[in-house]
Amino acid sequence: MIGTLIRRDLGRALVAGAWLPVAFFLLVVTLVPFAVGPDARILSRIGPGIVWVAALLAALLPVERLIGPDLDEGVLDQLALRGVSEEMVAIAKMVAHWAAFAPLLLLACFPAAALLSMDGEQLGATLIALLVGTPALAALTVAVASLTAGLPRAASLAGMLVLPLAVPLLIFGVGASSAGGVGALKLEAAVALLLVAGSPFVAGAAIRAART
Amino acid sequence: MSAALLAMEGVACLRGGRLLFEGLDLALAPGEAVHVIGPNGCGKSSLIRLAAGLLEPAAGTIARAACALADERLALDREMPLGKALDFWAPDRSRTSDALEAMELDLAAVPVRLLSTGQRQRAKLARVIASDARLWLLDEPVNGLDARSVGLLDAAIGTHREAGGAVLAASHVPLGGKWRRQELAS
Repeated sequence: MIGTLIRRDLGRALVAGAWLPVAFFLLVVTLVPFAVGPDARILSRIGPGIVWVAALLAALLPVERLIGPDLDEGVLDQLALRGVSEEMVAIAKMVAHWAAFAPLLLLACFPAAALLSMDGEQLGATLIALLVGTPALAALTVAVASLTAGLPRAASLAGMLVLPLAVPLLIFGVGASSAGGVGALKLEAAVALLLVAGSPFVAGAAIRAART
Repeated sequence: MSAALLAMEGVACLRGGRLLFEGLDLALAPGEAVHVIGPNGCGKSSLIRLAAGLLEPAAGTIARAACALADERLALDREMPLGKALDFWAPDRSRTSDALEAMELDLAAVPVRLLSTGQRQRAKLARVIASDARLWLLDEPVNGLDARSVGLLDAAIGTHREAGGAVLAASHVPLGGKWRRQELAS
């Protein structure tokens, strides 16, 4: 069942526009050199930070269509009737969300590195840090999407909910994105593991609570 | 007689701080059909959701077999063709085509979002027919259906009951065929 669910959600994400988060990501990293100025030293110093902020916001972009429509349309109820647990649904949605945005985002890091004057070493570290961190971003987005599903102005509320939870990931992720950040990478992996392991339970409880 | 497909004992339902009903006993044996009647807001839909296990009763116990639910929501992907959208819920494809035929929906290739109100209602019922659940829970099944489609639904329910299935339907209008009536007071 979980395979079918992942395929369905991935298909829906592709139809709804999988290019949107990546286009948003590229938009942000394109605007930064214009705002900060073309000084290569400054750009390469703030580059990883910009990439991470843009990645976080890009992951959050489809938050409103991850859980809300399925709750409104009764799909989550029908899945419950077939004995699929809410946690399983959340895991499927996390995997599908990650697959829809993360690989494209990693590809988009190459033009981003050029725009932000990041060198090869920095780019490599950023790619590894994002590879570790994007599953946590996907998990966090699904958890927050479940918590805000069915509420008015869910997207803006989701942004505020994500902020405190994403800060540790952001700090260690940016730390791991500069050369020699092995310690930060380990801490980032620990935070990411916590978010990925905890999110299905948060999302499951939120979906059940939305039903009553 | 084999075991009941749905057994509710002393069930109470509390919604938004209001007691809708209490002490409700209801059992559905294979082949049986119960029509829940009562005025608007008396808890017909809540009873259906309790039977489905989507709500927890405030008191009492509920035991159920695998069930299929048709409530006011379609639960079919809007962008997908109807046949594919039904396949997602059906155990296998032949059941989908049988269900489409039973509800006279010759629209397997039409995207769900283009269906009319009556067609959507029939698609919802086709989703229930295509499932292999023995217990059907239908909330206002004849809403938006024309006379011919109501006949199709009656026939489908008849076939299901003959095959040992049971039906619990909530509706404020009379349903065709033989039903046991369960009245909910307001």
